[in-house]
Amino acid sequence: MSDQKIPHTTPRMSATFTNDVNSDIRRAAATGIYDIRGGGAKRRVPNFDDLLFMGASISRYPLEGYREKCETSVTIGGLHAKNPIELDIPITIAGMSFGALSGPAKEALGRGASAAGTSTTTGDGGMTPEERGHSDKLVYQYLPSRYGMNPNDLRKADAIEIVVGQGAKPGGGGMLLGQKISDRVAEMRNLPKGIDQRSACRHPDWTGPDDLEIKILELREITSWKVPIYVKVAGARPYYDTTLAIKAGADAVVLDGMQGGTAATQDVFIEHVGQPTLAIIRPAVQALQDLGMHRKVQLILSGGIRSGADVAKAMALGADAVSIGTAAMIAIGDNDPKWEAEYNKLGTTAGAYDDWHEGQDPAGITTQDPELMKRFDPVEGGRRLRNYLKVMTLEAQTIARACGKNHLHNLEPEDLVALTMEAAAMAQVPLSGTDWYPGKPGTNF
Amino acid sequence: MQTFDLGGKGLRALHEELYALNGTTNSTAWEVVNTKGAHAIACGLDAPIEVTVRGSTGYYCGGMNQQATVIVDGSAGPGTGENMMSGKIIIEGDASQYLGATAHGGLIVVKGNASSRCGISMKGVNIVVQGNIGHMSGFMAQSGNVVVLGDAGEAMGDSCYEARFFVRGEVKSLGADCEKKEMRPEHIAFLEEILAEAGFDAKPEEFTRYGSARNLYNFDVDNAGDY
Repeated sequence: MSDQKIPHTTPRMSATFTNDVNSDIRRAAATGIYDIRGGGAKRRVPNFDDLLFMGASISRYPLEGYREKCETSVTIGGLHAKNPIELDIPITIAGMSFGALSGPAKEALGRGASAAGTSTTTGDGGMTPEERGHSDKLVYQYLPSRYGMNPNDLRKADAIEIVVGQGAKPGGGGMLLGQKISDRVAEMRNLPKGIDQRSACRHPDWTGPDDLEIKILELREITSWKVPIYVKVAGARPYYDTTLAIKAGADAVVLDGMQGGTAATQDVFIEHVGQPTLAIIRPAVQALQDLGMHRKVQLILSGGIRSGADVAKAMALGADAVSIGTAAMIAIGDNDPKWEAEYNKLGTTAGAYDDWHEGQDPAGITTQDPELMKRFDPVEGGRRLRNYLKVMTLEAQTIARACGKNHLHNLEPEDLVALTMEAAAMAQVPLSGTDWYPGKPGTNF
Repeated sequence: MQTFDLGGKGLRALHEELYALNGTTNSTAWEVVNTKGAHAIACGLDAPIEVTVRGSTGYYCGGMNQQATVIVDGSAGPGTGENMMSGKIIIEGDASQYLGATAHGGLIVVKGNASSRCGISMKGVNIVVQGNIGHMSGFMAQSGNVVVLGDAGEAMGDSCYEARFFVRGEVKSLGADCEKKEMRPEHIAFLEEILAEAGFDAKPEEFTRYGSARNLYNFDVDNAGDY
């Protein structure tokens, strides 16, 4: 027998049972509970990076940057409300709850949004005086849980957003685990301190579009028809959900794709339920157009919006405005590498920290711990958010001028091409280098 | 008494008049007629007035009420008294589903029966029903009291928090994490007071108290089957 060694094959990791998957299995086996985390879908899905603007050429001429105006204002809710919301920029701050976020973090969102000329939004925990006081324009969310809901705050709101669904968890309710139910949060939500709180997934006093129409009537009466009423839906069945929201009498539809964040939900929900933001815009716009309501009922798109390019692409596909949540949190300091040593102590790293429900946020944003909250300066946070919103706006204007548009709303699908077949099909814009996309009417595939 | 013709003048006009009232008004007694089952009648009131609605109502009558007394001289539709903060709603007939949903305070009195999901997600209101209540009543009820002189349907108090249920008759079944509780002197005293306020003649000793077993307050995998 030869003493020659048999060569070993290179150790081969499974593409199915990856290290990530195996760690999920081990965690489940050790704990007996599903993984809960914050944020939106982390998996790669077709997104705005798969689209490009073509810019100007002989057939289109550009506007001069810094000299020729490119407007960015948007009016939301003019269809039924006496006092529609007038925003300087089409980028709003999405609903995030007091409870999930600290009071100072909510204050910073209000400060930043107000300085940039846009609105911010309450969340599943009611309206705090800090937030109302620092927000020029505040959208009051009307959620299934109705935590903190009262007619006095309702009448202080500049708009009401009836939340039917959320992109991170279409069909699911919120979660706020015991670590974050402080005395103040418990009092606002009328719950015992320290319990694991599960918000309802469905409104307690209406089901279906016919009921929603009556609910909208009640809210309009209570607010004397003054403020716009938005309806927020997850990116589940965008054509039908948008149609039904309009039928029920919404002034605006907020449409949230699966990259949109949540404070805390099961990871399996976040990653496996919902549709990519890119995929939900065109069906929603189609619904608006079919009803003759495009630009009359505003479409506000959210879920993974990060830059002025994303804003411009969303608007080119037909949105009237966008909304940001995760990006706003990052802007004010969430997941900042300056806390890397502390993220490491929590077994994670800056950029990946998503255990917001545990209330141990080193950045002092997603916590109710008084010591951690001291690390966060709401004035500085507000300034950072304003800067970020301004940069996004400038970026979107840059692109719009390059496409020859004097208002962001004038961007159109014809300004775009797609880099992948998937993106071409979802956005219904041609694959780059062709005049074709999958599903284009009159073509075979 | 001021009489308002709802069918003739419309809901907006009714609320414009009622919302203009405050604690100093002399026009404290109102009667709404010709209602034809309209929705959202007398919602959002915030004054110590008494509004009697003649006839049956649609959804959300007395919704988000503060201070006012709303009397439905008929039967009441779904979501009556939803998110009420204070004041009183008296329903002479029956009440449909979601009665007093998420209501924070005040008193709702039903002289007939209340349908399913009575007191769903309630947050402090007191609801007294002379007849029976339907299934899933008190689902996720957070605080406040449901007092039932008759029977309760299936799955009462499912996933409730600190709300209390007092039932004189039979309870068809209890929901997840709801259990029978001891009646202590403070509960008898509470019932004496609330029954008197509601205007019902019943002996507190005949009631049984139910509330949260508090086993599902914090997640435990061994309880997963109960959710």
